[in-house]
Amino acid sequence: MNDHHHATTYVPKSAFAKWFESRLPIAGLIHSSFVAFPVPRNLNYFWTFGGVLFVMLVLQIVTGVILAMHYTPEATKAFDSVEHIMRNVNYGWLLRYLHANGASMFFVAVYIHIFRNLYYGSYKAPREVLYILGVIIYLLMMATAFLGYTLPWGQMSFWGATVITNILAAIPVVGDAIQSLLWGGYSVGNPTLNRFFSLHYLLPFMIVGVVILHVWALHVPGNNNPAGIDIQSGRDAVPFHPYMTVKDGFSLVVFLIFFAWWVFYMPNYLGHADNYIPANPAVTPAHIVPEWYFLPFYAILRAIPDKLGGVIAMFGSIVVLALVPWLDTSKVRSAVYRPIYKQFFWIWVVVCVILGWLGAKPAEGGYVIAARIATAYYFAHFLVIMPLIGFFEKPKPLPRSIVDSVLGPGASRIPVGAAAAPQAKG
Amino acid sequence: MADAVVSTAEPTRRDFLYLATTAAVGVGAAATVWPLVGAMAPDADTVAAGAPVELDLTPIAEGQIVKVFWRGKLIFVRHRTEAEIKAAQDVNLDALRDPQPDSARVKEGHADWLVVYGNCTHLGCVPLGNSGEYNGWFCPCHGSVFDTSGRIRQGPAPINLPIPPYTFVSDTKIRIGESGATA
Ligand code: HEM
Ligand code: FES
Repeated sequence: MNDHHHATTYVPKSAFAKWFESRLPIAGLIHSSFVAFPVPRNLNYFWTFGGVLFVMLVLQIVTGVILAMHYTPEATKAFDSVEHIMRNVNYGWLLRYLHANGASMFFVAVYIHIFRNLYYGSYKAPREVLYILGVIIYLLMMATAFLGYTLPWGQMSFWGATVITNILAAIPVVGDAIQSLLWGGYSVGNPTLNRFFSLHYLLPFMIVGVVILHVWALHVPGNNNPAGIDIQSGRDAVPFHPYMTVKDGFSLVVFLIFFAWWVFYMPNYLGHADNYIPANPAVTPAHIVPEWYFLPFYAILRAIPDKLGGVIAMFGSIVVLALVPWLDTSKVRSAVYRPIYKQFFWIWVVVCVILGWLGAKPAEGGYVIAARIATAYYFAHFLVIMPLIGFFEKPKPLPRSIVDSVLGPGASRIPVGAAAAPQAKG
Repeated sequence: MADAVVSTAEPTRRDFLYLATTAAVGVGAAATVWPLVGAMAPDADTVAAGAPVELDLTPIAEGQIVKVFWRGKLIFVRHRTEAEIKAAQDVNLDALRDPQPDSARVKEGHADWLVVYGNCTHLGCVPLGNSGEYNGWFCPCHGSVFDTSGRIRQGPAPINLPIPPYTFVSDTKIRIGESGATA
């Protein structure tokens, strides 16, 4: 079953399809990747967020391209052009609320997707490259969302841009040059806004490129699954269509309802009121807080009392994610069979949430101390706890096969034909 | 290796072409990247907008802080009171993170005027005047505290608020963006 070089089972029907397929076999590629592609039969709903993420990316691009038709990337006009979108452009309010809340929903989905990988050990061999491509997508998403948030040129846009570009200036030797190239001036200003818009338009398409590599790297070993064991026989797998297409579709609908609830009932809840005040370089808002999806990293940045140290810790907290395939020393993938790792995984999730909460609090007194402890624990989880658990933990016995894990031990000996095969019914 | 020596004329010419082409591509790539990156540096307008600005000090009352912009950067001009000057001078320099006597941060004979950049040296927020433990500035972003000389006293900012180039044209007028002979 691990034979990924299987010839496609796609059979072109019409004369045109035959003619085309022999010149560009793209229908066969799509068929073998998204129709006949075998997936483990035990995938749960955590495996539907890849599809959700793909739809969110497309939605951000579609709403973004239309917003860009009405938006003016010029420091004296940007704020007004966003208000123009909100008031004068047909459905402009909808496009903007979809785009702004869509960014948040994109991060909701990516966090679920990342936590899923860490719980079920999807980063382990042979999926390390697939996983690292995912971390790269996450970094590009963060850059894109940050750049987009500066575009309305409100107070939070301006001061967020100021704080983040100042963070980059802490990089030794090249920091000042990078800052000046990003600013295009001596401070955040019109040239900065112009280039941020250009880059905000560019990066999503780079994400599309990396997503293609990500899916390619996925289709070499195939999906991991809740049991964390490989497909051994045909009965461990089901074809992607209709099994996963239906599951993905259902999940997507539920997710879009959740998304719509924000868009239509509390479209500004996830934003900041200060961003409805035009940018003013002479006054900083009393409380600068990044968007919720950056809060844990912001807490880590502020926890370190040294400028460069804080920057290193913040970037380090993401770099360490990319090293997880080599920090986890256990041979067992899924936390379902790892009694100790499972507990530490949940402690780590709680620590991430606490960091997020601290990121929104003022950096003073007890909050700073708590942020330091949580930051230390965050790194200890990856650098100390993860490598050690692999040596000490006694995993639970693994099921003999995926079928066994679903239908109970011995199921792999039940004759074939027991499972339904809706895909065979045309 | 030995092969290369034996088969002479032809491969040598090819080797030359290969090396020459690689070198040309390398130089060409560098020559292309240069203007691409250069185009992101501050443009001529932005640089020209850095012409010095003059500021009349007469309307600024004692204890008042005025904000001006030069090159798009915020600058505080503070008319210090006797008490503020004294507080800035009576400081044990060893206790400072970025030790600098107050006399090095003002122009000689003009101790009542403090002119500093108005962005926190931590991450660039605008600190609030007349607040914080030393009644200098307090940065609301991450809690840096500056004294009445603009020196960092507490919090994450690494250095004092820098002094822009400026000069006294007369007793009541300064020109920012130009360090005169008295500097
Ligand atoms: C990865 C996909 C994307 C993400 C995560 C993203 C994120 C964001 C965010 C957070 C904002 C600020 C919204 C606000 O508070 O008003 C924004 C604004 C904007 N984005 Fe995007 N964006 C993406 C793709 C795109 C694309 C492909 C375009 C096409 C040009 C685009 C064009 C715009 C425009 C014109 C604005 C300013 C209007 C506004 O503020 O609503 N975006 N984006
Ligand atoms: S920007 Fe002033 S303390 Fe961070």
